[in-house]
Amino acid sequence: MKALRNLIDNIKPHFEKGGKFEKLHSTFDAFETLLFVPNTTNKNGVHVRDAMDMKRTMATVVLAMVPALLFGLWNAGYQHFMATGQDPEFWPMVLHGFLKVFPIIVVSYGTGLIIEFIFAQLRGHEVNEGFLVSGMLIPLVLPVDIPLWMVAVATAFAVIIGKEVFGGTGMNIWNPALLARAFLFFAYPAFMSGDTIWISGLTSGEGIVDGFSGATALGAAVTSGNIDKFSLIDSFLGFIPGSIGETSTLAILIGAGILIYTGVGSWRIMLSVFIGGFVMALGFNAIGSTPLMQIPALHHLVLGGFAFGAVFMATDPVSATRTARGKYIYGFLIGVFSIMIRVFNPAYPEGVMLAILLMNTFSPLIDHFVVEGNIKRRLKRASVNA
Amino acid sequence: MSEVIKIKKGLDIRLKGKADNVFSQAQLPDLFAIKPTDFHGVVPKMVIKEGEKVKAGSVLFFDKYQPDVKFVSPVSGELTAVIRGERRKILEVVVKSDGKDEAVDFGVESIADLSREAIVTRLQEAGAWAYLRQRPYDIIARTGDTPKAIFISGFDTAPLAPDFDFVMTGKENEFQAGIDILKKLSDNIHIGVNDEAASKVFTNTKGVELHRFKGPHPAGNVGIQIGQVMPINKGDLIWTIQPQEVASIGKLFTTGKPDFDRTLVVAGSEVKKPAYFHSRLGACVEPYIKDNLNPNENVRLISGNVLTGSQISDDGYVGFYHSQITAIPEGDEYEFMGWAAPGFNKFSVSRSFFSWLRPNKRYRLNANMQGGKRAIVVSGEYDKVLPMDILPEQLIKSILVEDIDKMEQLGIYELAEEDLALCEFVCTSKLNLQKILRDGIDLMIKELG
Repeated sequence: MKALRNLIDNIKPHFEKGGKFEKLHSTFDAFETLLFVPNTTNKNGVHVRDAMDMKRTMATVVLAMVPALLFGLWNAGYQHFMATGQDPEFWPMVLHGFLKVFPIIVVSYGTGLIIEFIFAQLRGHEVNEGFLVSGMLIPLVLPVDIPLWMVAVATAFAVIIGKEVFGGTGMNIWNPALLARAFLFFAYPAFMSGDTIWISGLTSGEGIVDGFSGATALGAAVTSGNIDKFSLIDSFLGFIPGSIGETSTLAILIGAGILIYTGVGSWRIMLSVFIGGFVMALGFNAIGSTPLMQIPALHHLVLGGFAFGAVFMATDPVSATRTARGKYIYGFLIGVFSIMIRVFNPAYPEGVMLAILLMNTFSPLIDHFVVEGNIKRRLKRASVNA
Repeated sequence: MSEVIKIKKGLDIRLKGKADNVFSQAQLPDLFAIKPTDFHGVVPKMVIKEGEKVKAGSVLFFDKYQPDVKFVSPVSGELTAVIRGERRKILEVVVKSDGKDEAVDFGVESIADLSREAIVTRLQEAGAWAYLRQRPYDIIARTGDTPKAIFISGFDTAPLAPDFDFVMTGKENEFQAGIDILKKLSDNIHIGVNDEAASKVFTNTKGVELHRFKGPHPAGNVGIQIGQVMPINKGDLIWTIQPQEVASIGKLFTTGKPDFDRTLVVAGSEVKKPAYFHSRLGACVEPYIKDNLNPNENVRLISGNVLTGSQISDDGYVGFYHSQITAIPEGDEYEFMGWAAPGFNKFSVSRSFFSWLRPNKRYRLNANMQGGKRAIVVSGEYDKVLPMDILPEQLIKSILVEDIDKMEQLGIYELAEEDLALCEFVCTSKLNLQKILRDGIDLMIKELG
């Protein structure tokens, strides 16, 4: 490590102001701080600090996504071979998924990080770690057959329009990863919905087994009003078509466990999204006039991107509400709207994405009322004492 | 005896090097200093020049804006240096002791016969007025004011803080006399004591209202205790004072001579023998740390505790309000992939480091920032360590945009820097919240007076 440190110290002057590679300062700094926690010490204020920093926070979230990612790799292969009527071993399935998914991840991180580095340099900031999470979230919410150039365009859109125009990580209004998905959803609907895109190979029509449909459960429910093919347990475990990381509720719940246990993700939001969704679905069950309304409440929670959205998307601290009370309201409404959009608008069976973006927009308003409540309490206390 | 007030939110930072309740011996140093930078908003005007002789209790300087508030020499000797910093700001006023311990005599009178004015004047003349600090703003009390109450915290929950029960044992009479004096300033005196300690000095005190507290730091912060007992609203005025200072006031009136004796605790992972010392206000720390520090480490010395203290050099001076010196490793080194390490030796409120496996471990924390400064991203982390009905993040943001109305509405009157110190400790974005709060308070004082 000493040698590496010396090397960095040797080349560092070139990246400082006035050096040959001054324009790459932010990039250099990002890699330097990635390798070594900097030697800066506290000058005024507290002398000791909690060991938690932004890198650790973001790395924990990425770690929490790993179970969903690994399952996604396997499932991409599994679905592909099911569709083409083959029955290979475990590893070929994983390999197939890996070959499909890995390029998407590389493109997502590559595009996003380059843009982040450029903006950090322009602003003279350190590179913020926020994109470490977004860069992984984006592939996980995309269908496996998505063309790579679309991933690049969507990522660029999300980072520039969704984040950097507002001032970078911590300033954005909407969840950048969801914005990437929404962008693709509305710009290239053919590649983001339908029966063929969820399973690799179907778009190019490789010898599909007769009678096989690649529709997701929600897609099937809209078109045929029937989700019998997708049993509750299969949907929970994730043996169904869908976006890369969203299918296995179990894997997502493992991630949720990591987030909640380490204290990085808000259990208030996760819990209230699930409660909101469940309550809304129960309500629709009671009415039950359309096939989508009849999907059992519990089943709703394990289909589509609901669980993924609740655990990884809604909990993004920047775009969510920031007060404890606000988080309950925000989460509950996301749950409610997700199911409502799903049921009422067959064009958008994936209601979670829209519900979260909608509530992202309203989260400052929710916080505003919570803060007003706090102010009123304080005023009341003053008048009681006076 | 009132009921126990339970504080749930908060955090005890478990540091290595806690002092046992024993006294170590050390000679008093030659040099003493009063640091005007210890007093918020005070602009010092020197009364005497370098080279002039002083007694303990002779005025060194006064505050330009409140000329009645005087700062006096803690020892007899000679004013040797007025150390100035940028723009000739006075940083330290150094007095060299002549070892004779001559003191100004203010005379002894029966406390019961003294009028409020006489007490106020005496406190000002003897340099004891500065012990009284007011909330809101945590600045030296204004001489013309009458507070709603005076609060004293009888215990300190900060990391490695002195045990006031131990410190105050033997000072019962002075403490009671001090309380009797304070009662002339405000009839309403409250003491917060630790429910888990005996605190005989405090529980036996007459003429005060006792409150028992239980819970992690910041339960011992006087601001938190005020928040539980009588939260500060706009227009309220509460004074605070520390136990040793009360005893010091008591002694001033019972002996007629100003008293600057203080018990000092020297603690921290880099201290060989953490212990208590008999010391004096503004003492040079040199005799207490000589041959008492880890020689193999670049040590950071702090006057006060690791959360709110100020960094001093090894020939620096103990701060005016401090009764603690802490020594921790400086930590100005690079750590390879530190953010990704499992972190068995890293202290964190989050459980993303494996140190949570050992809940009782004591840590050797250094002064490294542990990461880079960022925009605020993580939410809800400040709330967990501030036991008040305040939204710290929103308050901090209102200060950053200098929105005075919002600052007022969100409770800036209730907070002092020390109350936000834990929020600053846990802040993932490594922001300097105490500094931000002080800037906000300065703005309030400037705009509202």
